[in-house]
Amino acid sequence: MNKVEKFLRGRFASALVAVIIGFAVAAVVLVAAGYDPIASFGALLSGAFGKPKYISNVFIKATPILLTGISVAFAFKTGLFNIGAEGQYILGTVLATVVGCSLNLPMPLQVPIVLLSGMVGGALLGAFVGWLKAKFGIHEVITSIMCNWITFYLCNFVVMSDAFHKPNSTSAVPVNPSSYTILFGMWKKSEAGKQFLAGIPWLREILLKTDLSAGFLIAVVVAVIISIVLKRTKLGYELRAVGLNRDAARFSGIAVERNIVLSMLISGAISGLAGALSITGTSPHTITLLAAMEGYGFNGMSVAFIAGCAPLGCIPASILFASLIYGGMSVQQAMGVPSDIINIMIGTIVFFTALPGIAPFFANKIQRRREAKELASSQGIERA
Amino acid sequence: MGSMTRRSMLGMLGMGALSLAACGGSGSNAGSNASTDTSKSNASGSASAKVEMITDTGGVNDQSFNQLAWAGLQKLRDEEGWEISYLESKQDADYNTNLDKAVDDDCSVIWGIGFAMTEAINTVAEQNPDIVFAGIEATNEKDLPNLTGVSFKSQEPSFVVGYIAACMSKSGKVGFIGGMESETLKQFEYGYYAGVEYANKKNGTSVTYQGQYAESFTDAAKGKSIAQKMIKDGCDVMFHAAAAAGVGMLEACNDAKVYSIGVDQDQAALFPEYDTIITSAIKKVDVAIVNVTKGLIDGSTKGGQNILLGAADGAVGLAETHDKLPDDVYQAALALFDDIKAGKIEVPDTKEKLETYKKSL
Repeated sequence: MNKVEKFLRGRFASALVAVIIGFAVAAVVLVAAGYDPIASFGALLSGAFGKPKYISNVFIKATPILLTGISVAFAFKTGLFNIGAEGQYILGTVLATVVGCSLNLPMPLQVPIVLLSGMVGGALLGAFVGWLKAKFGIHEVITSIMCNWITFYLCNFVVMSDAFHKPNSTSAVPVNPSSYTILFGMWKKSEAGKQFLAGIPWLREILLKTDLSAGFLIAVVVAVIISIVLKRTKLGYELRAVGLNRDAARFSGIAVERNIVLSMLISGAISGLAGALSITGTSPHTITLLAAMEGYGFNGMSVAFIAGCAPLGCIPASILFASLIYGGMSVQQAMGVPSDIINIMIGTIVFFTALPGIAPFFANKIQRRREAKELASSQGIERA
Repeated sequence: MGSMTRRSMLGMLGMGALSLAACGGSGSNAGSNASTDTSKSNASGSASAKVEMITDTGGVNDQSFNQLAWAGLQKLRDEEGWEISYLESKQDADYNTNLDKAVDDDCSVIWGIGFAMTEAINTVAEQNPDIVFAGIEATNEKDLPNLTGVSFKSQEPSFVVGYIAACMSKSGKVGFIGGMESETLKQFEYGYYAGVEYANKKNGTSVTYQGQYAESFTDAAKGKSIAQKMIKDGCDVMFHAAAAAGVGMLEACNDAKVYSIGVDQDQAALFPEYDTIITSAIKKVDVAIVNVTKGLIDGSTKGGQNILLGAADGAVGLAETHDKLPDDVYQAALALFDDIKAGKIEVPDTKEKLETYKKSL
């Protein structure tokens, strides 16, 4: 087995090959629509990474989809397909907003309480879906889709309710500033902060022009914890066993039903945390009337499948996805490419990254060719 | 094997349904009006300038404000040879970052379209005092010298369609459906109501008015059910200011064969499938964009204020489609705009003014 083959069989190669093919197909789409693909990809790159503040924005955009990605990946590893990440995310935003604007405690208390309330919301919704599956055998895909819509309308109901509606707006009352997880939130706006930052233009740009928050760091920590739980704990072993073969797991004495509920509870909690962090981390720090699902849960599914459902793999996958979404906007601005073409472009790339078999397919081809050659040469030797 | 197949089938079905649902909100017919917008040299424009706009979450093909604003920018490109571009916001969280991207692009004027952008445009304008910003329905709330808020006297075209509604009603009952209750939306309602009262006085009729808010700008089913209830109550002319929720009203009126009145754009032309739309109260966002941008660039419009545009500025009016209106009603309605322009009629936009107006009739 030569080096190319070995590389192509690796997990990283799958993603890389898929991204390259994705970009190639996207280039064809762009040419067909009458746009210069090289300039478009250039605009995409510079739009996502051209300035320190753009990079900061990419990480901000990556935060919620990293968490929903981990949520979907975790559930998938335990044999469950959590399509309800969107709804759990929304419930996380709703509860975080409700708690965050009702309470006004000192920051060290307020932030954990607000984040926790979002997590509890997502966890309860997830556990409910898991319970329906464990108790009555109702498929989690069906119930979690239903729950997505229920939370969607619940969100709009809360926005419009007398208790939380901000007059003359389409949003609810923002959470109290003590709930913010923005980095250096108070300091950067103070005189001392402004003076200090005046000397460091790039840091000034990042801090003052973007909502850089602790969110991404928290999400990375969650990825590490979930990865350890899955691989190195008894709980993770049981959960994966249920995912791999439910009947065998039951036969070996694992409480399958309990594990299904637990898995959905954890998965839901992670999506709920994603919602809560969006509220505490980015303006407008509140929920707004939704006209359509915002797609955090669905983008999370893409992230999870790009990553091959490995929690740690979700980190680069979410950054890739976020840079496509955020940089894509610049393609529109710089090239006048309509957003539909950009969505096709992103869709194509995700489509190919979600096909894990592509790189091994090429590896097999190379292997077959090599083996045929070896066979031919050995036959040649025999004949001689 | 059997259960596995079913499982993956379900999964795929679910994915399909959801991705459809997820895409539902964004427009789909971009192509035509999103050509690359590097400057055209044939125009006789003065100095070169670059104008960009940020849409709200409706997107550039929303058949409403964003689309009209983009039409205005395209007019500027064709007439003045200015560079134009737009950025679409997909979520509320995009407003700040999109405005910021436009700032990086060295624009002469940056437009934020829609009421929802108010907070974001104020924040970004404050951060970038040397850049000129302007907002459609997004007002200057912090008294910033570099932000111009452009709003419309919604009450004026509403008044005129109120007059038309009262003239066209046979049952003596007309209805109004608003989106979400707010001061801006109340302007439509009060203007419309005042128009009905004006017609009663002028024609010696006693048409009554009823209004309700759908508490949504998107829920067409709700707009429809409210309209159906009002039609059942006897309303035979209905006006809405409820965006997509109001489309449900247009449908209900079409089903029941009673007259309806559109809003913001010429909805009779926009929805040819509903053939009971007699007129629309329109806001000429494109006209406003062209005039205000020119003014801000040549210095004739002073920045840092909130501008209210109305009939006198040619920024509001009636839809061009009027084939279902009797000619005398249409002409009388146009004459009303002249009266408003001349200051003979001052259309009320608050509850107090409405009460005084009713007494003055």
